[in-house]
Amino acid sequence: MLSVSITRRGLGAAIAFVAGVSLLVDSLVIDSSAQAATALLNVSYDPTRELYKAINPAFIADWKAKTGETIEIQASHAGSGAQARAVIDGLSADVVTLALAADIDAIVSKTGKVAADWQKKLPNNASPYTSTIVFLVRKGNPKKIKNWDDLAKPGVAVVTPNPKTSGGARWNYLGAWGYGLEKFKGDEAKTKDFVKAIYKNAPVLDTGARGSTITFAQRGLGDVLIAWENEAFLASEEFGKDKFEIVVPPVSVLAEPPVAVVDGNVDAKGTRKVAEAYLNFLYTPAAQAIIAKNYYRPAHPEFAAKEDLKRLPKLQLFTVDQIFGGWAKAQKTHFADGGVFDDIQKQ
Amino acid sequence: MSDALAPAIRIAATRRVTEEAPLTRYLLIGVAVAFLGLFLLLPLAVVFTEALTKGAGAFFATFDEPDARAAIRLTLLVAAIVVPLNAVFGICAAWAISKFSFPGKSVLITLIDLPFSVSPVVSGLVYVLVFGSQGLLGPTLSSHGIQIVFAIPGIVLATIFVTFPFVARELIPLMQEQGTVEEEAALTLGASGFRTFLTVTLPNIKWGLLYGVLLANARAMGEFGAVSVVSGHIRGLTNTIPLQVEILYNEYNIVSAFALASLLAGLALVTLGIKTLLEWRYAGQIAGRRRH
Amino acid sequence: MSASTQIVKRKARSFPAPSVIPGFRATFGFTLFYLSLVVLFPLSMLVIRASELGLAGLYGVAVEPRVAAALRTSFFISFAAAAIDVVFGLVTAWVLTRYEFPGRRFLDAIVDLPFALPTAVAGIALAALYAPNGWLGEPLADYDIKIAFTRWGILVALVFVGLPFVVRTVQPLLAEIDVELEEASATLGASRAHTVWRVLLPPILPALLTGFALAFARSVGEYGSVIFIAGNLAYISEIAPLLIIVKLEQFDYAGATGIATIMLAISFAVLLAINLIQAWSQKRFGHV
Repeated sequence: MLSVSITRRGLGAAIAFVAGVSLLVDSLVIDSSAQAATALLNVSYDPTRELYKAINPAFIADWKAKTGETIEIQASHAGSGAQARAVIDGLSADVVTLALAADIDAIVSKTGKVAADWQKKLPNNASPYTSTIVFLVRKGNPKKIKNWDDLAKPGVAVVTPNPKTSGGARWNYLGAWGYGLEKFKGDEAKTKDFVKAIYKNAPVLDTGARGSTITFAQRGLGDVLIAWENEAFLASEEFGKDKFEIVVPPVSVLAEPPVAVVDGNVDAKGTRKVAEAYLNFLYTPAAQAIIAKNYYRPAHPEFAAKEDLKRLPKLQLFTVDQIFGGWAKAQKTHFADGGVFDDIQKQ
Repeated sequence: MSDALAPAIRIAATRRVTEEAPLTRYLLIGVAVAFLGLFLLLPLAVVFTEALTKGAGAFFATFDEPDARAAIRLTLLVAAIVVPLNAVFGICAAWAISKFSFPGKSVLITLIDLPFSVSPVVSGLVYVLVFGSQGLLGPTLSSHGIQIVFAIPGIVLATIFVTFPFVARELIPLMQEQGTVEEEAALTLGASGFRTFLTVTLPNIKWGLLYGVLLANARAMGEFGAVSVVSGHIRGLTNTIPLQVEILYNEYNIVSAFALASLLAGLALVTLGIKTLLEWRYAGQIAGRRRH
Repeated sequence: MSASTQIVKRKARSFPAPSVIPGFRATFGFTLFYLSLVVLFPLSMLVIRASELGLAGLYGVAVEPRVAAALRTSFFISFAAAAIDVVFGLVTAWVLTRYEFPGRRFLDAIVDLPFALPTAVAGIALAALYAPNGWLGEPLADYDIKIAFTRWGILVALVFVGLPFVVRTVQPLLAEIDVELEEASATLGASRAHTVWRVLLPPILPALLTGFALAFARSVGEYGSVIFIAGNLAYISEIAPLLIIVKLEQFDYAGATGIATIMLAISFAVLLAINLIQAWSQKRFGHV
């Protein structure tokens, strides 16, 4: 009978323990959700983690000053395509701030939760900032990489993420393609071989831009990282300027990461006002200054600090509209299943 | 399948006649030690070393971060829901399967085993298919304001799926081994069914139960693939510890990533410690005599 | 409900077989309910979604070059990893059951580490270890050997994941082998190697096969520990579970559910194989 009583005591203790833990956890959970009446969910792409970490407190303070309301901003970061997929599958984002228009277009076409004319609702094609694609190489540039040509040379290991899942990777790809078109005077076949040669040099395709940066900078793989300008600056800052050099090609693509309110979700949650204010805030002098500080190219350079702007090199930039006839077309031709990129990857 | 998670029953015997030459013996021990060291111990050592590269201050600072705390809270919450549920299920399934004979039993066991061999990614995917906005029930539920995937319920469901068989798999062979004689005696003496379970069956299976619960708990707290698919990765809200580890890792915050990872590694070590202790102390009551 | 009325009821239906033990309806009912709700219903959704593709569509997904390459990668490397686990798992189990040496109990405990250590943690640890600037990666790089971000990285991760399955399946058997058989063999003049090969190995062969199948099944589906260390390069080091995620992120639900269904079918097949091995072993050796 001794064992019985022990078991009973043990069982009682176990039940009490479980109950205690769940009570504790419950109280904590309720606690944290009770703190903020309104929570805004910003679903964003990989490299903007630091940017929104800086912008969110500024907006929260601004909103509090204007309305007296305390709000909370939740952030979710992953590859741009992955994030669009999550929103399509029901992630209740109030705003999406993604790497490229095609991903927001996907939300429009699959769910209708974003208005079709979303890009007209905010200035500058709904892009509060732009960026471009540059190269990050190891100190001293041992492989002498100066331009897109050098990426296609044999023996150069190129690190870039997977265009199928990463928005940044698609900009990288289009940058190479645009350069190729210019170099080969519009010869598509030669351009394709050129881009193919670059991807042949890629020993790894991470799913997101940040994964590639980690692979290159932290794990020491590859000779050159094709990256967002902001990502290249951030990496060399994080890991030490003595380890890497940024190489700016003479010509590259003008990347326009857009933002949009997810109408379907904000109407259901009653957060439209604050969501719209959040996106509009991105165009204000305060936010534009933060944007420049984080190595993005602000839509309104006049609001940014001069020394921040000075860091951003001047180069010839082409847009997706000029070269590819818009994102919808570029997406379909190059990145859809059976598109040019699939073809390039075949061995 | 049942023996997959089986503890070893060791016979510490010295068999002079049937032993290998000392050289062979040392060679084999060397191979095993080298292999386990290389594949198991070294990765474990890396976790703790990387976590401490910037000293104890940086290590502990990790746990002051609100996002990290939220991840720890969420992980505890999920485990606190999932483990008891699966334990109750495990007991029920083991009772039905071991104390009765009925046709289709082996099919039932195979189905219970199924989550073991389903890819974690698929486990997450199926819940997106059911509860996602494009899924079967998602639109109906969301029109009532109920969110399953990309919220805590989805994480709980995916975790239940991946830890589903652990307790049942531990208890079924054990209870089969023990048979029904003791329960029948108690019933004959007039005890009620539930009382029989509490006073006769439970004492017999308590260590096996604890053992299954431990394994289920370790997996529940550490699951990555399935949870990653259904989480939505909202900071401070739907990130469990493993997902937060990935996020920190992706934010160049390698020290914090490994510090948080070391928490899970520590949990794994504690689990293994208790498990070893249980096996050593209560070998008979955990495994019974296994079905060989 | 008293026990006697239950017996009467059960006799009438004889499902389950008559017994004085109560609680069958409640426990069996709950088991079925919970199993259906949590496992069968979601999995059947997968099958339904995939059936929209039809068999031809499913075949189309499977032979799509990139999918075929990922499935091949997953299968071959899982197979190789399970094979390595069988060899070293057998040695490990042998050493742990047969020899006494300092640290044996510790090693025995640590074998279960891959069960208990979260896969993501294992993944970043292995990546850190084998990366070109890692503890092992750096010296290996001097010999031009690359592990991380290649297929070898996947192999290393899968060997890690599968090891305990083999050890834990074989170990109890090794512990119980009848010592008299060995003695008889030795007395009859067989060399030790001959005894091991002809007397000891055959009875544990089914367990080895089961361990192999378990390690293989687990490896094919493994995700967390692999993605950090694999190069994730399409056609080369992209595993099937990752391709499911990639397909999802391209909004290709049909493709994702297609691959998932193929993998589910394979899991079923492996489970079935394990059951068959055990049934055969039961007949042949009288144990599992």
